[in-house]
Amino acid sequence: MAEIIKTENLTFSYPADEGQEPVQALKGVDLSIEKGSFVVVLGHNGSGKSTLAKHMNAVLLPSGGKVWVAEMDTTREDLLLEIRRQVGMVFQNPDNQIVANVVEEDVAFGPENLGVPTLELQKRVSAALQAVGMDEFSLHAPHHLSGGQKQRIAIAGVIAMEPACIVLDESTAMLDPCGRREVLDTVRRLNREKGITIVLITHHMDEAAMADRVVVMDNGRAVMDGPPEKILVRVEELRAIGLAAPHTVELLYGLREDGFDVPLGALQVEACAKAIAESL
Amino acid sequence: MLKDITLGQYFPGDSLAHRLDPRTKLILTVIYIVTLFCAKSFVSYGVVAALLVTGVKISGVAPKALVKGLKPILFIVCFTAALNLLYTPGDVLVSLWIFKITTQGIFTAFFMVLRITMLIMGTFLLTYTTSPIALTDGLETLLGPLKKIRVPVHELAMIMSIALRFIPTLIEETDKIMSAQKARGADFESGNIFQRAKALVPILVPLFISAFRRADELAVAMECRCYHGGEGRTKLHVLRYQARDYLVLLAYLAVLAIVLILARFGL
Repeated sequence: MAEIIKTENLTFSYPADEGQEPVQALKGVDLSIEKGSFVVVLGHNGSGKSTLAKHMNAVLLPSGGKVWVAEMDTTREDLLLEIRRQVGMVFQNPDNQIVANVVEEDVAFGPENLGVPTLELQKRVSAALQAVGMDEFSLHAPHHLSGGQKQRIAIAGVIAMEPACIVLDESTAMLDPCGRREVLDTVRRLNREKGITIVLITHHMDEAAMADRVVVMDNGRAVMDGPPEKILVRVEELRAIGLAAPHTVELLYGLREDGFDVPLGALQVEACAKAIAESL
Repeated sequence: MLKDITLGQYFPGDSLAHRLDPRTKLILTVIYIVTLFCAKSFVSYGVVAALLVTGVKISGVAPKALVKGLKPILFIVCFTAALNLLYTPGDVLVSLWIFKITTQGIFTAFFMVLRITMLIMGTFLLTYTTSPIALTDGLETLLGPLKKIRVPVHELAMIMSIALRFIPTLIEETDKIMSAQKARGADFESGNIFQRAKALVPILVPLFISAFRRADELAVAMECRCYHGGEGRTKLHVLRYQARDYLVLLAYLAVLAIVLILARFGL
């Protein structure tokens, strides 16, 4: 399968204040993300996961190494708009990424910048709002919506640019459990139905369980990479880098330590319950 | 408490005045002001007043709201009236110490008050019937030709609409900061004016810091959505003049012509 994002020995240092050592946030990351996949990038604060995300649509440019988006080098300024069209970004704070006073105007903002003609624009806006299940709110003012609804609007704004990939940079961190559910369900549906690649940056382990692939970042490096049922069960290694395994795995791990013979790989609550029931 | 503040003073509605193109309404307001300044005496003022009353009737805006809008400028109106009344030379009617009230003074003062109040009411009619977004949109298209002489029309319109977008967000934030500072024992309600002004510092500092952070994040988010200035941008809703726009415009021009003719005869 073709890859949408590829990094090669990517390093990045934030410019330092005078008299201080520059902080190296990324220390050589090799990662390739396949088209249509659902990848979760995990890591605790300061692991470099957000810095990595910002390289995926040329908000930050590498200090060393290379990043390709759909085979375009992100350092090429003439391709900047196409790179950002291909990889849309949804940020943490829903309030700080909504530009317009009316929902439909905000969704139209991206394609307007790309010069999409008016008739096509109207089609795209209603399709994008439908895709996130917000079509009845098209004429509402964004500040009257809930956090989860605002993030869905932000996602619709990205979809309207018809991207190949959406990067969600801790987009669920400020939401209540309901809002998180809304956003996660939306991106999962977009991934399945429209084949849009999803890169979800998070520190919630239970969000990682729904991915095709989990990449764990620590100290500027990708330290683990694989399917969730292989990665999330490495309880001790995860603990060593400041992450806790999902509750289900923690429970099974505890039971195993106490001498029960249960498998570790049951990530969903139902599967976990079943595994415990079978061992009894 | 702070949430109740409305800015732009827009009264939603579906009258002819609401449905006119915002550009038309801006042009109409300019014509109205010109007409008002061309009016010389009772008859021509009467014509302009008739125009204003018709406008208010059509818009369905409560006259009370228009009168209420005059409150903040009451001082300026009285001040101008007093100056005109006392310092216009002419036939002395009453003489009081160094002040002389003249017949001409009474007329000038009266017309001045009329002119200012009608000016304010007419422009309020614009903001009462046009949403801030439509107004920004109208201004941007109307001033579009100025781009040729490098006036940053698009940027100014963008600044205006983002400011409007963030007013509720920042008000909400102010509310939150106020509660947080109150919880820490801050007192905003007692003391003299200086103490109260000083008490605002712990609100303003965090508010400014957070506003700058928001601006920074918004800028990145806008860039991520391919924003690169007004060049090559299309619009979701394109403004189009309708027949009613031309008709109303003609009516206004007719009134202007009438007033100009009346002014020639000194009426």
